[in-house]
Amino acid sequence: MKTEHLGGTELAQSSQAAGGLQSIPALLHRNATEMADRPAYREKEFGIWQSWTWRETEHQINNLARGLLNLGVNEGDFIAIIGRNRPYMYWSMVAAQSVGAIPVPLYQDAAAEEMAYVLDHCGARFVIAEDQEQVDKVIDIQEDLHQFEHMIYLDPRGMRKYNHTQLHEFSHIQEQGFAARDELTPELERRRSKLDYSSTCVMLYTSGTTGKPKGVVLSNRNVIESAKNSSEFDNLRPDEEILAYLPMAWVGDFIFSVGQAYWCGFCVNCPESAETLNVDLREIGPTYYFAPPRVFETQLTSVMIRMEDASPMKRKMFHYFMEHAKKVGGDILDGNPVGFGDRMKYALGNLMVYGPLKNTLGFSRVRVGYTAGEAIGPEIFAFYRSLGINLKQLYGQTEATVFITAQPDGQVRSDTVGVPSPGVELKIDDNGEVHYRSPGVFEYYYKNEESTKGTKDAEGWVATGDAGFIEKDTGHLRIIDRAKDVGKMADGSLFAPKYVENKLKFFPNVLEAVLFGNGRDKCMAFVNIDLTAVGNWAERNNIAYSSYQELAGHPQVLETIKSHVEEVNKSVAQDEMLSGCQIHRFLVLHKELDADDGEMTRTRKVRRRIVEDKFSDLIDALYGGKDEIYTTTEVTYEDGRKGSISANLTLIDAPVVAVTSGKVAAE
Amino acid sequence: MSDQMTEGYITEDGRKIGGTLMEMKNITLRFGGVKAITDISFDIKEGEIRAIIGPNGAGKSSMLNVISGFYVPQEGEVWYKGAKRPQMKPYQVAQQGIARTFQNIALFEGMSVLDNVMTGRLNHMKTNMFQQALWKGKAEKEEVENREVVEKIIDFLEIQSIRKTPVGRLPYGLKKRVELARALAVEPHLLLLDEPMAGMNVEEKEDMSRFILDVNDEFGTTIALIEHDMGVVMDLSDRVVVMDYGKKIGDGTPDEVRNNQDVIDAYLGVSHD
Repeated sequence: MKTEHLGGTELAQSSQAAGGLQSIPALLHRNATEMADRPAYREKEFGIWQSWTWRETEHQINNLARGLLNLGVNEGDFIAIIGRNRPYMYWSMVAAQSVGAIPVPLYQDAAAEEMAYVLDHCGARFVIAEDQEQVDKVIDIQEDLHQFEHMIYLDPRGMRKYNHTQLHEFSHIQEQGFAARDELTPELERRRSKLDYSSTCVMLYTSGTTGKPKGVVLSNRNVIESAKNSSEFDNLRPDEEILAYLPMAWVGDFIFSVGQAYWCGFCVNCPESAETLNVDLREIGPTYYFAPPRVFETQLTSVMIRMEDASPMKRKMFHYFMEHAKKVGGDILDGNPVGFGDRMKYALGNLMVYGPLKNTLGFSRVRVGYTAGEAIGPEIFAFYRSLGINLKQLYGQTEATVFITAQPDGQVRSDTVGVPSPGVELKIDDNGEVHYRSPGVFEYYYKNEESTKGTKDAEGWVATGDAGFIEKDTGHLRIIDRAKDVGKMADGSLFAPKYVENKLKFFPNVLEAVLFGNGRDKCMAFVNIDLTAVGNWAERNNIAYSSYQELAGHPQVLETIKSHVEEVNKSVAQDEMLSGCQIHRFLVLHKELDADDGEMTRTRKVRRRIVEDKFSDLIDALYGGKDEIYTTTEVTYEDGRKGSISANLTLIDAPVVAVTSGKVAAE
Repeated sequence: MSDQMTEGYITEDGRKIGGTLMEMKNITLRFGGVKAITDISFDIKEGEIRAIIGPNGAGKSSMLNVISGFYVPQEGEVWYKGAKRPQMKPYQVAQQGIARTFQNIALFEGMSVLDNVMTGRLNHMKTNMFQQALWKGKAEKEEVENREVVEKIIDFLEIQSIRKTPVGRLPYGLKKRVELARALAVEPHLLLLDEPMAGMNVEEKEDMSRFILDVNDEFGTTIALIEHDMGVVMDLSDRVVVMDYGKKIGDGTPDEVRNNQDVIDAYLGVSHD
């Protein structure tokens, strides 16, 4: 191990000589040395893409790290990081690691009470917040946080009048760190050299579909091994461009924007604001792109809406070539044999339609695209693939440091989640639940030994909580549903709500659906309409509406949804195992399910139990056979105030397909 | 009026207000035989938010137009920064550091938000038309400098996502915000807002209030505003002038004004029996 000083201020890396890049700060130093002038971060600000090279990034992070030392950060302290994707927030995480502290990114749109739980649970002494909004939230709950000491804020706007005994501006902390570089550098170096594979890299709170969030502790081994394996799997290079726009508290963003970015040395681009995301995406043209199915759905919906409004000529051309793409696009992408004529026609289509469309979407350069988190509609999936975008599916969770399975190039299908990622072993237990073991398996749940034991066994196998099976001939994993959500109907047939809900959600008009029927004789459903799609339809048909609620109750909308339910029933009936899950009755909810009301997680997964409790009157009405019901529901506004909305809801019978039990023997 | 404060004061929320920035002395404005403003005096102090309120037709907008130099009063004097202001054209007033927004939005509908806001920088540009047509060199440098100021304002008012959108395509509430952006681009000492909340819904009003407070706080800009929404006025302003039928009937902090019997009568009406 050798130690050297660069200009007396920069840091040496002791672990590197051993060939072991065993921490994110170590990777940072490697990148700052080996690709010093390559861009590491870009952020659009004041209308211009500002960029930082790896050398500049190291400089920024070191100053911040020394500033943290100056502020009294100890090894093992937790530092909460709250804000949207900005280079400074990423630097904060690496700076925290550099001084031996543990970064804990939080969902920035969480309400103050939700933050209180997490901040109290990890006992964060320090908080790094993006702006006044986040600072205010922490100040609101400050009294209950016994360990909280200092807060650093990035954007000074509106902060002048605050009491600054516990508040510090980000740039000042960096300046102090720079000023005290001579005295603090040895300490920083000492702490950094102690980091190895076993030290904690980050703690991420699960979104908590059930109960309180759990703090998942990931070590450097987890993160770096996962980043390394997955980068090799998809052949990621230093010249990739990614757009960081998914919540920083989510494990996916940590792996893509920190793990893989530092391992490969590629550039992380941060959008100007949430509203400018689409423009920024176009300008950057990422080569490696990640989005939950919802994003792809929204984009497709907006494309379709805009095509409806286009001139007849353009519309015709669009549909003509999309038809062709549907036929051969996927095969061309997968490298399957396609006739010369079809190829020529596809090339023409690419010139006229696919290319410009991909450019508009910002996908012109996408080499590897992933979707995960939920099932994606086969049609949506096929749409993007047929354009020549290499969109693939991935299955993972926080506890696995993302990767459990992924689809290799050329083996992409909408109904599987792929083969085990490199280094991952899979097994299915007797109940059909998927288990895995890998270098990415988390260390433990913070302060929750019981849950740790319940999830991870002595041999390191982790239960996913998802029911699924491995296809015999391809080795691909298929997920049916959450294991705990899979139940039995009253007659003993299988009840798999997600399977049916997803079929419904694949209609652009349907944003969300919740199916009930566990232990009952029939299935009933709640539906949320998609305000963009249905709203556009209403506009074109001169139907006036003032709110979601009004549109959701419109008779023609209900009729449309009914026809969707009917189609879903037809499709469900074809599956022998699940034909009992047809929807007999449904209603369109008077409000959108919302994370602020606790009905969904921050990652927008429905919290089934809570919805079931909250709307129990509606479920009773559905099963009771009523035609109409008046209901009042409590809602929470963004600022935490509560109000209520009430509505008269129409309950609708849907046609179901009769299923003959068992096959009739041939005569 | 009670004892006039010539020096600054401290507001309820602890902001320091400086000395007098502008003073209106016995202003009377007539249109032919109609008296729009009769013998009104008040002052605006450095760094404060000063509201002018009153029922319809009270002469509020006329007052604002006197401040902005659009109307020339027949009687009375306007003192600005310690000197009596001679009769001026509105553009000269603008050069003195007074910017305004309009009750009925006055933007260039066909131009982008960015270009509209850039027009606010006109007084800060020194190059002539020919240099700008050639663009390279001095004009380019100047544009870059001014664009930087404008971008900071765009960032401040959170209108990045509509930077390149033609103003004509924007909803009303955003147009109002663009107008504020253009006024801010002048980097004014005194900002005049003519009914900044008119026609807005509650959420838009909340946003706009936030921006007005932030402008005052962040840039130290003195603000004089006309507004109908009493809730907004009482929350935002440090001191309020109340007008009715062209006369001043009240002047003081929101609380003082609220409890002033003349003001209550003007707003609620009095029985004439």
